Amino acid sequence: MAVHNENHTKRLSLRLATAAIAMFGFGFALVPLYDVFCDITGLNGKNFNQGPIQISTVDESRTVKVQFITVNPGNMPWNFEPTERSIRVSPGEDRQTVFYAKNPTTNWMVAQAVPSVTPSEAAPYLHKVNCFCFERQPLEAGADTEMPLLFIVDPKLPEHISTITLSYALYDLTDNQKVTQVKPNKDKGRARL
Amino acid sequence: MATVDVDLPHVKEDDPHHHGPARGLGRWLYTTNHKDIGSMYLIFSLCMFMIGGIMALIIRAELFQPGLQLVEPNFFNQMTTMHGLIMVFGAVMPAFVGLANWMIPMQVGAPDMALPRMNNWSFWILPFAFLILLSSLFMPGGAPNFGWTFYAPLSTTYAPESVTFFIFGVHIMGASSIMGAINIIATILNMRAPGMTLLKMPLFVWTWLITAFLLIAVMPVLAGVVTMMLMDIHFGTSFFNAAGGGDPVLFQHVFWFFGHPEVYIMILPAFGIISEIIPTFARKRLFGYASMVYAVASIALLSFVVWAHHMFTVGMPLVGEVFFMFATMLIAVPTGVKVFNWVATMFRGSLTFETPMLFALAFVVLFTIGGFSGLMLAIAPADFQYHDTYFVVAHFHYVLVPGAIFSIMAATYYWLPKWTGHQLNETMGKIHFWLSFVGVNITFFPMHFVGLAGMPRRIPDYALQFADFNSMASVGAFIFGFSQLVFIYNVIQNVRVGEKATAQVWEGAQGLEWTLPSPAPYHTFSTPPEVK
Repeated sequence: MAVHNENHTKRLSLRLATAAIAMFGFGFALVPLYDVFCDITGLNGKNFNQGPIQISTVDESRTVKVQFITVNPGNMPWNFEPTERSIRVSPGEDRQTVFYAKNPTTNWMVAQAVPSVTPSEAAPYLHKVNCFCFERQPLEAGADTEMPLLFIVDPKLPEHISTITLSYALYDLTDNQKVTQVKPNKDKGRARL
Repeated sequence: MATVDVDLPHVKEDDPHHHGPARGLGRWLYTTNHKDIGSMYLIFSLCMFMIGGIMALIIRAELFQPGLQLVEPNFFNQMTTMHGLIMVFGAVMPAFVGLANWMIPMQVGAPDMALPRMNNWSFWILPFAFLILLSSLFMPGGAPNFGWTFYAPLSTTYAPESVTFFIFGVHIMGASSIMGAINIIATILNMRAPGMTLLKMPLFVWTWLITAFLLIAVMPVLAGVVTMMLMDIHFGTSFFNAAGGGDPVLFQHVFWFFGHPEVYIMILPAFGIISEIIPTFARKRLFGYASMVYAVASIALLSFVVWAHHMFTVGMPLVGEVFFMFATMLIAVPTGVKVFNWVATMFRGSLTFETPMLFALAFVVLFTIGGFSGLMLAIAPADFQYHDTYFVVAHFHYVLVPGAIFSIMAATYYWLPKWTGHQLNETMGKIHFWLSFVGVNITFFPMHFVGLAGMPRRIPDYALQFADFNSMASVGAFIFGFSQLVFIYNVIQNVRVGEKATAQVWEGAQGLEWTLPSPAPYHTFSTPPEVK
């Protein structure tokens, strides 16, 4: 009856179905690709420079102002603020500062701070040697704590950037902690089951 | 389109192999006939168009004057969300698939679609997808209320419980679209009549071939993004949850990676329809057939690299804004080629203005207006003013209502005599056209002005200075909405009565489908025609 080749149709349909399944996978592949893209370009203010770093030269010729901002998204009830609003550092110099957090509620809670850097161009040059944002912060009811941040501004920071703003959003993870055992993935900061 | 000379296959209606349809409900449940399935797609789409239209009228009734009159804000948000979802996935896309089912086998000289059983399945899962989606209106917490773009975390952390049903519904309609697309590609590539080379195919077939590839490329990405939402909501992952190291902006990137090709999925078949109708009523060959094909292909390719123009205000670096701005503007070039080709086709043609032609002409003019406001939105620095205002609403309704919807109506009027065997009632057709044309413009043109003046979209209440234009838009919406009853009347009357249509139907019509008798027999081209 029909002139068309049944086998040819079957083969083509299978190929197209495979393409559709591959594109479903590609949708998920966009997630790591997005991180890689931000990592390479420093777009989106995402900051991946974590852990120990060797910078021997200190650029004494200029100073950079580093500002600290804290945000409590949603209904996060903690008191969370930097002890210093801004500090001047020379690029290449180790600096430590401390953030203050208090859990004013009557329940045990867990929080996670998520950093963001502005301007995003400066993000690749701000190295966090140690940061409270690397880990979840549990606090008993009514308890308070001081959370350290040790950072270095890379001397390769472009000349025209004189101010870097580091913002922390503090999220309430108490419910997640109870429901699932989510462990932070240390190298990316992305949670994994 | 190349002129198609055909050796007429003699359709013997008394041939025992050419049995008619089965009787009763079973005919529709078990059918594998492309014409039956095409009709079901079209009827389903018309029902969804009416349901989505009622939701639009609820929105416009609430916005008739400032203040909260009729519905509470949360229900208003459910209406904007459901209206968008139903019109995009329930009305426009199934209507084009229905037209493809009816026309593609007849236009390429094939006896049926390549995969008739899958065709039945891909239709019959669709009503269930929308039943699931619509049932969420009656669930505690109400239907999805986060807008049809369902940005996370609004659609994850802050979503009503019914979001899971929404996700399941999207999965089913995605599966339906992908199966439909596979079927269409297989039909076009494998079942063309001997002699019909690719560059002899009618433009409707060409545009659908390209659209089907777009569907296969992006519908799975949509399925992926809703799956990520599902995992964030129920399985404790953090794709879009900043607290767990995810990123809400990631949602927007993945969504619009699907979303921008999706808007071309809704307009490319319309380009094909218009490219069939204008030559018929201008009684000339389509001007620049090959350039039309290349223009559609380049629009489809460009659609993959412009998605972030929906997110200019999200906080993108300058280099990103510039890239997406220019890439978007580049799309105006192939689109311009198409518009000029349609105008050139009409130039010095022997024009007549039957109902399909009126809708096609309105398409060319009004779609171009929508295209221009799109260019305005593409200018990244200016977009900061327009973003999320009624200007955007005006823009996408101009390309979707007098664009996609008018093309579907043009196609229905154009091919209806072939389907039913009855000539059109031109008077009623023209009444429908003029009411729709006037209604559409009264509805959507004032939205440009309130948008530029700063009225945000998706709000149930607004500042007093927007009152006049909003009441005007509401009046227009009711004119447009109720004039669709004329359309339904026209279609039903045409099925029932009317002057017997000839095979040719329209004097200037070219192509294989017009060599078949009207109404087209249940089985056509069982012997393939010879195309020279």
